[in-house]
Amino acid sequence: MSEGEQVKKGKGTVFVQIEVCKGCSYCIDFCPAHCLEFSRDFNRKGYHYPVLPRPEDCTGCDLCGLYCPDFAIFGVRFKDLEKRRQPAPEPLIPAEG
Amino acid sequence: MSDTDLLELEIENPVAPYLRQERLPHIWCPGCGIGTTVNCFARALTESGMNLDKVAIVSGIGCTGRVAGYLNLDSFHTTHGRAIPFATGLKLGNPDLKVVVYSGDGDLSAIGGNHLVHAARRNMDLMVVCVNNFTYGMTGGQVAPTTPIGATQTTMPYGNFENPFSLPFLADACGAVYVARWTVYHVKQLAKAMLEGLRKKGFVFIEALAPCPTLYSRRNRLGDGVDQLKYYKERSKIVNGADTKDVGLTFQGDIIVGKFVDRDRPTWLDAMNEHYSQHFGEKYVPYGVSHGQE
Repeated sequence: MSEGEQVKKGKGTVFVQIEVCKGCSYCIDFCPAHCLEFSRDFNRKGYHYPVLPRPEDCTGCDLCGLYCPDFAIFGVRFKDLEKRRQPAPEPLIPAEG
Repeated sequence: MSDTDLLELEIENPVAPYLRQERLPHIWCPGCGIGTTVNCFARALTESGMNLDKVAIVSGIGCTGRVAGYLNLDSFHTTHGRAIPFATGLKLGNPDLKVVVYSGDGDLSAIGGNHLVHAARRNMDLMVVCVNNFTYGMTGGQVAPTTPIGATQTTMPYGNFENPFSLPFLADACGAVYVARWTVYHVKQLAKAMLEGLRKKGFVFIEALAPCPTLYSRRNRLGDGVDQLKYYKERSKIVNGADTKDVGLTFQGDIIVGKFVDRDRPTWLDAMNEHYSQHFGEKYVPYGVSHGQE
């Protein structure tokens, strides 16, 4: 995410898995900072997905991630980003009983 | 191109470890609330820190019945309405498991209504998540036992005249130890209720109201999923500890949400162990004592 590194405005950002989005607009309508919008492009299934036109407003609160019925979007605070980028200790699920 | 237009994400979605990624995108319609409840459930699992080998999920048939297929847990997709009997068997066969029943209103309260009543009466140690969308979504929008009076459905083209179930009242009357109702708008509260349900011992009943934009909303001209969520936002009142007699739903009327019941009763296994210990004394070896709460 070289571009994202340069544009480090605001407190957080969102990540979108474009191809699983169904364009229900839950994230766009219930974002507390009103910083998401529909894209002009659409994905392979023909849905408009959310984009972040005002990255300076995003707080990375992850409420969009909690609302998303398709598990397509989630928010991250920049202070957690480095920690999350580490390969997750195998895995997040405790394995032994 | 903004920095969100990435096909390959450099960090993983926090709910991704709980989902069978190869089965996504799921079959639920755009604007359906079931996915949001699954999202809340995944957050509750993260928060609980439970060993996921000790969690099993059982679903019946229907749109919500697909949940068991999408969650990366030990899951069981059962026959129509029989999710609770299968879950009861699973719990009694392996008392260390935390068994979650995740199903829809039609499956749990109509076809499996009897099982819901009796599992609550016995206080079987299950967590039941009932996603209530007021209709039979998968079969084409027939009237369900939860459809409010006045709502139009395919089998009631001039509006429904049957008195609907109030599911929290039913569960409370039958003896559930934890009864809560939240809507898909109240995601944080729903995730918290699911977390409390995972930690609670006994029959836990959580009703999650969810929009069905394709059938219920379209037949009643209520807009899409977001419009229903806005209605939930405007008309829901949080009354924790409300008397479940007063929490019935009307068509597009006020919704009382909250945690209604939180009490303690001996579970079926505890009652059985106590009863036979009294009866047989030292000879009786208690069964399933740790009860998944170690």
